[in-house]
Amino acid sequence: MLSRTADHLYWMARYTERAENTARMLDVNVQTALLPQSDADAQLAWRAMLGISELQQAYDSRHAALSPRDVIDFMVRDPSNPSSIAACLNGARENARAVRGALTTEVWEVQNQTWLDLQSKLRERLHERDPVQFFEWVKYRSHLSRGVTIGTMLQDEAVHFIRLGTFLERADNTARILDVKYHRGGDERGRDFYYWAALLRSVSGFETYRKMYRDVITPERVAEMLMLRADMPRSLLACMEALVDNLRQVRNATSGETERLAGQLHAELRFARIDDILQDGLHDYLTKFLHRIYELGNRVSRDFLVPLAA
Amino acid sequence: MQFYNEMTAPDGVRPHYREFDRWLGQQTPESLERKRIEADLTFRRVGITFAVYGDDAGTERLIPFDAIPRIIPAAEWAQLQRGLVQRVQALNMFIHDIYHDQHIIRAGVVPAEQIYRNAQYRPEMQGISVVSDIYAHIAGVDIVRAGEGEFFVLEDNLRVPSGVSYMLEDRKMMMRLYPELFARHRVAPVDHYPDLLLDNLRSVAPVGAADPTVVVMTPGMYNSAYFEHAFLAQQMGVELVEGKDLFVSDNAVYMRTTRGPRRVDVIYRRLDDDFLDPLAFRADSSLGVPGLLSVYRAGRVTLANAIGTGVADDKSIYPYVPDMIRFYLSEQPVLNNVPTYQCRKSEDLQYTLSNLPDLVVKEVHGAGGYGMLVGPASTKAQIEEFRARLLARPDGYIAQPTLALSNCPTFVASGVAPRHIDLRPFVLSGKTTSIVPGGLTRVALKEGSLVVNSSQGGGTKDTWVLEN
Repeated sequence: MLSRTADHLYWMARYTERAENTARMLDVNVQTALLPQSDADAQLAWRAMLGISELQQAYDSRHAALSPRDVIDFMVRDPSNPSSIAACLNGARENARAVRGALTTEVWEVQNQTWLDLQSKLRERLHERDPVQFFEWVKYRSHLSRGVTIGTMLQDEAVHFIRLGTFLERADNTARILDVKYHRGGDERGRDFYYWAALLRSVSGFETYRKMYRDVITPERVAEMLMLRADMPRSLLACMEALVDNLRQVRNATSGETERLAGQLHAELRFARIDDILQDGLHDYLTKFLHRIYELGNRVSRDFLVPLAA
Repeated sequence: MQFYNEMTAPDGVRPHYREFDRWLGQQTPESLERKRIEADLTFRRVGITFAVYGDDAGTERLIPFDAIPRIIPAAEWAQLQRGLVQRVQALNMFIHDIYHDQHIIRAGVVPAEQIYRNAQYRPEMQGISVVSDIYAHIAGVDIVRAGEGEFFVLEDNLRVPSGVSYMLEDRKMMMRLYPELFARHRVAPVDHYPDLLLDNLRSVAPVGAADPTVVVMTPGMYNSAYFEHAFLAQQMGVELVEGKDLFVSDNAVYMRTTRGPRRVDVIYRRLDDDFLDPLAFRADSSLGVPGLLSVYRAGRVTLANAIGTGVADDKSIYPYVPDMIRFYLSEQPVLNNVPTYQCRKSEDLQYTLSNLPDLVVKEVHGAGGYGMLVGPASTKAQIEEFRARLLARPDGYIAQPTLALSNCPTFVASGVAPRHIDLRPFVLSGKTTSIVPGGLTRVALKEGSLVVNSSQGGGTKDTWVLEN
């Protein structure tokens, strides 16, 4: 497969996944804002939302104050925000358009239709009138995109590069979501249940948690579930398993070191204990994890997508 | 002016349209409108769009699709096909001759300065042999019908003719909207075009390439015909490459893949000569592949179409095509040329200047309906402006009588009304010559307009060749 084609497929998947996760995070914030809470707490929650995406500065340069409406607008459609949902969906579609020949008709049509529908939803200002419905729609389109990829595409390199993009992005996003507590700061004992429950919901993990632990929600178990459980589809370990697997499928003459680093990270998660991680500090661990994921992304680009030399 | 109507003769509906006419009579305007909306939505969802240069640069537009087909009876098609094969054969022989012994110049049939002063003449090609002596592997010959229904060739597009994807998509759309029509007519299929194209491209691979690798080369996704490039690559199951995906090494062309370099044998390139190789042509081109020309000249990669075909489809060479047919094939041309005044000749220029309101004046190197004057449809001011341009650079223009282009019933806002059409069949030349029945029919949607180009508000129709 052409390196450029693989590059477009990879980024198509990353953008799609990022749009979904942004919608998930915003959705949770909108839903928790319905709970009785002090203005200060509400502010903290929205600020944390910007913090985990490293968009605080960008937001502050556009808005003097923090309001849910402005944060949503900024994260959904502000043209100055390259990570907005609109920018991601546009990026996904532009990348798909560049390689539409490498996609099945259905995959391309889903990407294109998502982009077309987005224009009309933004025109109707659905994200202001009914943000929850808007976020539901983003998630739904992402499900559809994933489903049509798995359901119609030949299981060849194209799919492996799409999967690499999906899981690198998801690993990054899950780590950021978990780290929100750090960005949120403050002390809000008593509200913890709602906080962790909301976090679980944002990764569709609330029911799973109940089923898995049949017990009260504790931060330790939430962290364990989202980091170390191989059977939880959005956990760090599950993402790393998929990464290692797909990397093996596309192996080439230069990708050995990338495979080794991915395998190492995978093994560390596979045999880690949540107590040790918490003892050393969750935020530190996640920061290092994000850095290593970033490095893996760079290495994938170098090995496969934009090879420098002939 | 009297126009030939494709559907109706003075004494009633033509035989090949009778069945369709019966069907059309049973449709309500509402149902036709509903189907039109369905077609629009589908084209947009599928992303069959084209980019427009100039105004609103970068926007994507649909080419309007008209559901009333253009129907060609078997006998007429047989004649057209004969004429097309003959014409493209002669043009390929002409290009070969020009880049080799130039018999046609020495025989005094085509003046030498028409070749050497032509910007599309490529001295780099002089003496270079190409596989099977084929230069124009894909030709899109524009044909119109005028007068009593005679066919005229308007233009031979031998560089990178586009539109074939619309031919295929229009058929698909038509079968989806009105399957019952295909049960009532014996319409010759066109869906095998990508297979023919792939076969044709593989047949002209460099000698020694046992299992040749074919690619489609595009200038990129912002090109107006990008949809078609991607479509053809996908339909043929080959890679769609940009210049930056290719590189030259050890006198061969390779593409960069996720598993390392892979040799390329045949490049169906959809960009102009000028942009192919920054070392040989335009140095500022970032779309091409440095060193491509030298590999090509060594016969180690095939370019389709060949470099330098523009010397034969230029409007200044067009008037000589009937003579080429007589010269190379010793046959009488089956298809007519439109009478053409070459403004580089002083008497032709005089005639043109005195008859501007009645003539169509075209730039010799223009394409896409840009930069032309349609006398009868222009204001006095526009004509005077064009007169100045003509006087400043007479050899840049040709003039032709305004043809009474045939009409075909078309679904428009006010109902079904006649609109002018043309036809672009696609001729594939390799080891053999093949044409899928029909081609792309373009229609000028504005009432009275004679310009069918999609960039100028034209639409398309499905084209049916009926089998006997």
